[in-house]
Amino acid sequence: MTIKEIQDSIVDEFSMFDDWMDRYAMLIEMGKECPIIDPQYRNDNYLINGCQSRVWLHAEKRDGKIYFTADSDAVITKGIINLLIKVFSGQTPADILAADMGFLDKIGLKEHLSPTRSNGLLSMVKQMMLYAEVMNNN
Amino acid sequence: MNLNHFNINEIRAQFPILSRQVYGKPLVYFDNAATTQKPLCVIERERDYYLHENCNIHRGVHYLSQMATEAYENARKTVAQFINARHAEEIVFTRGTTESLNLLATSLGQLLINQGDKVVVSAMEHHSNMVPWQQMLLRTPVISTEAKRSGEISSNNLLVIRMDKNGVLDLNHYEELLKQKPKIVSITHISNTLGTVNPVREMIAMAHRYDIPVIVDGAQSMAHQVIDVQDLDCDFYVFSGHKMYAPMGIGGLYGKMEWLEKMPPYQFGGEMVDKVSFEQTTFNKVPFKFEAGTPNVGAALGLETAVRFIQSIDRQEVEAYEDELLRYATERLSGIEGMRFIGQAPKRNGLISFVIDGIHPYDLGTIIDKMGVAVRTGHHCAEPVMTFFGIPGTVRASFAMYNTKEEIDIFVKAVDKAAAMLR
Repeated sequence: MTIKEIQDSIVDEFSMFDDWMDRYAMLIEMGKECPIIDPQYRNDNYLINGCQSRVWLHAEKRDGKIYFTADSDAVITKGIINLLIKVFSGQTPADILAADMGFLDKIGLKEHLSPTRSNGLLSMVKQMMLYAEVMNNN
Repeated sequence: MNLNHFNINEIRAQFPILSRQVYGKPLVYFDNAATTQKPLCVIERERDYYLHENCNIHRGVHYLSQMATEAYENARKTVAQFINARHAEEIVFTRGTTESLNLLATSLGQLLINQGDKVVVSAMEHHSNMVPWQQMLLRTPVISTEAKRSGEISSNNLLVIRMDKNGVLDLNHYEELLKQKPKIVSITHISNTLGTVNPVREMIAMAHRYDIPVIVDGAQSMAHQVIDVQDLDCDFYVFSGHKMYAPMGIGGLYGKMEWLEKMPPYQFGGEMVDKVSFEQTTFNKVPFKFEAGTPNVGAALGLETAVRFIQSIDRQEVEAYEDELLRYATERLSGIEGMRFIGQAPKRNGLISFVIDGIHPYDLGTIIDKMGVAVRTGHHCAEPVMTFFGIPGTVRASFAMYNTKEEIDIFVKAVDKAAAMLR
């Protein structure tokens, strides 16, 4: 699936819920399904700054596509990073760099995009983009 | 003075923000250790100042300037009387506790600290009562150049009073540290993470037996306890207005006159000078030599009104009411599975810190926020405390006189529901 198609299906899934509690319950579920980072990368080099909870993110390139793994000590944060992983993992660096992040708006996560939010969604997106940028040139 | 009996409905009516909603639910505000809400009288006082009295102080000959100067100096008197200082001049207005402590680390540090000298703090200090001392010691030449470059302190000149797992300071250890002849002791009155009320009166007397001056961080105590600086016999007492129903941007430093007179200025510029030439400057007298630049006059008047607000209600009744809130919240939270209280000192005040097994404080705070409950999560600017307890942070619920048991019920229900979601 393309990034756009995955985003649309996530928006579809989230739009089934009117209630914020159900949306958070879904994020928590996604947190539990996050593709977990190899323990050797669970260190300060892979830590994303700007989060009240700790988030580790690793990326590797196979056959021209980037695959992400992550972990966090907070489950909502883990759900958010997994949401991003679902969108970006298995995509090419060029596609990731060209992605429109407007879908976060549609699933009611826009409030988390502000740089002042303590969960650091913005930092996570930036870090993924940074990986894509570096891997696009190599 | 005309004391009013404590009446919760009358109190709440004075804080309009308490009746607002968040996410369509009634606000439950339990983040009072971060900042308290402001009563109407305080808001109106600051507004009135800008509507009718605004003027720069201490230098104008004109009517408004003289009025503003008098009002500002009266505010100083009110604060002095509130904490029973001997003289109004012993009160220096600052932006708050952090600025007061930076002033002391710089100025008192310059007066007392030489190469190799030591400063005592406790294991439960807010970063604001630790980092300024650490960095001041770093500036003394004893530290190696490499350590300076990396910004890491490598000397052991910052002595730290140990605490036990309940969050109680070890006074035997404190005595041992005093024997090392530190130059300054700086300790918190009430811990902002653990709620521990430290026996500061006793600790001050202990330090004085070694002729060591003591600074008390009163950020968390001013709104909740009657403070008498002469009875405590502290050398300095520092506080923030915004944690005691006053506006942000104003706070204070009480210092014994004999210390303030000896101490060098902290910042330089307008109002703090006596005579100025290009070759030399002499400084104004205490407290003006510590108040460089235009002060926050409107907020100082707001602080005075906040003091009068606190004084207008029977303090003993307020203390008893707040103690009952703490007791009730502790009892109700105890029923939640996996509950672990961080800070179980026998004498606590104003707040509860906790973690729930298997649940990150951030997750819990995020969910209960959606239910209208405002608490603080994280390390509360006291990372060493979190390291000591081996946790990433806590959930902290902190109370003020306008909180109610009904709000605690909502809070406990929210925590219970969130914990069920997150398990």
